[in-house]
Amino acid sequence: MQFDPFVIPFNIGLYFILIYAVVRSVIWFNDLSRPDKLRLQRGFFGKTFGQSIKEIFLESLIHRKILKSNPRLGYMHMSLAFGWFLLILFGTIEADVFGAHHLNAPYKSIFFKFFNPEHGRAGFEAAYSFLMDLILAFILSGLLLAVIKRFSSKVVGMKKTTKLRVLDKVALTSLWLIFPSRLLAESFTSGAYGTGSFLTGSLGSVLASFLPAQEMAYPFWWLYSLSLGTFFILLPLTRYMHIPTELFLIFARNSGIKTGDQPGAFREIQIYSCSSCGICIDACQLNFSAGITNIQSAYLMKGIRNNENVSDIAFNCLMCGRCDQKCPVGIELTPLRMLSRRAGETVESEQTILKKYFPDRKSVLPARPAADPSYTFLKQYEPAKTDVIYFAGCMTHLTPAIKNSMVAILEASGVRYNFLDEMGGVCCGRPLMLAGQDREARELINHNSQLIWKSGAHTLVTSCPICYKVFKESYYLDVEVLHHSQFIKNMIEDGSLKLNFLRRKVTYHAPCELGRGSGVYDEPKDVLRYVARLQETGFEDKNSLCCGGSLGNIKISSRQKSMIAHDVAAELTKDNPDILATSCPLCKKTLAAATTTKVADISEIVADAIIKPAIKKKLTEPAGKVKMQADFQN
Amino acid sequence: MDRFGFSISKGRQIDYDANSRHIAEFISEREPSFRVCIECGCCSATCTTGNFTSFSLRELQILMKRGENEKVRENIKKCMLCGKCTLVCPRGVNTRNVVTLARQAFQKFPANAV
Ligand code: SF4
Ligand code: SF4
Ligand code: SF4
Ligand code: SF4
Repeated sequence: MQFDPFVIPFNIGLYFILIYAVVRSVIWFNDLSRPDKLRLQRGFFGKTFGQSIKEIFLESLIHRKILKSNPRLGYMHMSLAFGWFLLILFGTIEADVFGAHHLNAPYKSIFFKFFNPEHGRAGFEAAYSFLMDLILAFILSGLLLAVIKRFSSKVVGMKKTTKLRVLDKVALTSLWLIFPSRLLAESFTSGAYGTGSFLTGSLGSVLASFLPAQEMAYPFWWLYSLSLGTFFILLPLTRYMHIPTELFLIFARNSGIKTGDQPGAFREIQIYSCSSCGICIDACQLNFSAGITNIQSAYLMKGIRNNENVSDIAFNCLMCGRCDQKCPVGIELTPLRMLSRRAGETVESEQTILKKYFPDRKSVLPARPAADPSYTFLKQYEPAKTDVIYFAGCMTHLTPAIKNSMVAILEASGVRYNFLDEMGGVCCGRPLMLAGQDREARELINHNSQLIWKSGAHTLVTSCPICYKVFKESYYLDVEVLHHSQFIKNMIEDGSLKLNFLRRKVTYHAPCELGRGSGVYDEPKDVLRYVARLQETGFEDKNSLCCGGSLGNIKISSRQKSMIAHDVAAELTKDNPDILATSCPLCKKTLAAATTTKVADISEIVADAIIKPAIKKKLTEPAGKVKMQADFQN
Repeated sequence: MDRFGFSISKGRQIDYDANSRHIAEFISEREPSFRVCIECGCCSATCTTGNFTSFSLRELQILMKRGENEKVRENIKKCMLCGKCTLVCPRGVNTRNVVTLARQAFQKFPANAV
């Protein structure tokens, strides 16, 4: 029987964390809604199983996405995670092949060197020792990076590392001690017996030359075991909980579970999956343009985990979705933030240790009290029957050039349309939703839905991406919802709209709500290619910037908004385009105030390019209503 | 008096002893730009809600600053947070946050403390 008391801390820690992981998973599973439970069962025992395993390998061990966006940071994460995994795997094989028995208890492979000090002298054994040393060196190189990163955050390319709590610090220290103490313990043992490979062997013989290696080894084996045990026991209280949680998250996500608009177990799983890698902090324009450095998603996740009142963090965000796109763990950051907004202010509560190990989910998100309807003054009326409804939206009413261009385009394309909010309409409801006021938003949604339904239209065209997103996602309407860029593209392609080529250089700024928010990236660019020379910017599609004017942020000051807008305008006009094009009235207004380059919505550019059917207009009855006449160029 | 076709208007003064500025203070603590409003009325002129009813953000801001909160309590709910006022405000007042904070304040202090 190979046993020594020093393995006890490790054993306690290991069995604790294993049991804990099982219990916590069962709790999460139980908390899932019924359909989500079925999804997860199907996902786990079905086709997606292989996909999840592959993802776990690529993302949780290799950290492919972090490697892509930040190689040095990726290497650090990979060497620790993948290296540790290899060390355990090959350690187990080593103990199995070279040890006294097969199928050993985990501690025998972890402390293999202690129990088999004579191992690794020659032949295959030596080659294997070389491999184990190589893996240890791999981990230690990553650890060195991590230590340097903690003290100078420039090294791994991050501007700001996340701040730590006391427990995190203890856990971090024990994590840092694990591998150096293993190195020293193995080296001393190797030194005493003259074994070990290039790392432990050489270090061991050097140390043994002036230190009593035999006596020194034992305390380091204790340290090794203690740091492992401490790390395992503290893990659920710290950000390192992301390691086991991410496995659960990957299975849940691949089974098709989504955040949705209700707080639930999946929300909690995602929040605990955040590794505080800080990539979202680097992606955030509030951070690098406006100097707001405490609200990024990493801090939101941390605040929720620590049961703090996160309402200030939750509301001070553009909801641009840049962090969401970049998060290597794939946490649905924007929907999670929406959940925190709906909750409004939360009470900060002191937590017992037990509560910290098993957080009470319901205390995090209390329901907002119900209230009387707010918009009783809105009166329904009978809108004219029509095929296409044009809904300009509030923001478009502040940019009349867009509105007028759209009227010109609708006229020229010859569809039967009705300008629903020509005389000013009711807000679409999305700004209220972004402010976490869903009940109020529902009132406006109902009002608008009834009008649209009564008009009998089959298509709804809007100029505002904010309206577009809410019409698409939160209105239960039986109409095709199109952003004007999509509508214009359709009209060009079926020949209803004839356009000149304008010989202008254009760069395109993709609005957040239209691009990342609704996945409409190509249509506006396609339209622009019909009428002008489209230049690439360094910020295409998913990587596009936020103009800074977003209605998502209720807290930001006008000065900070304009700082962002100036940075963005400068980036997008680097190649001196004739026009900086966008497809959102709010982006247009925000960017126009920040640059001397002409900023125009694509509808204005298209309206400029319309070939006027001089004769046709007289011969045929125009289908649309001719109210305003051509030339809306400004 | 009536015979002459006019009447003396009712006495009207801002009574800071009776009025309470705690709502206004709640807002300006959290949204400093509330203080720099010059009551120009651009926000009311562009207002989406103002298109349908006599709601005026300019008026409500003045009333809160005076501490005449009762009219504001009911009316502030009517704003749709559409954001047009923020865009037109010449002083850069973050009006959406002003409205949101006012709503919060009225929820926090159910009765007008005198
Ligand atoms: S939210 Fe995602 S990107 Fe941000 S720190 Fe967490 S894991 Fe990293
Ligand atoms: S959504 Fe945009 S503004 Fe908000 S935290 Fe993420 S990157 Fe920053
Ligand atoms: S537009 Fe601005 S400055 Fe003018 S009244 Fe409204 S909030 Fe005040
Ligand atoms: S946000 Fe409110 S006050 Fe401002 S314009 Fe819209 S409805 Fe009017």
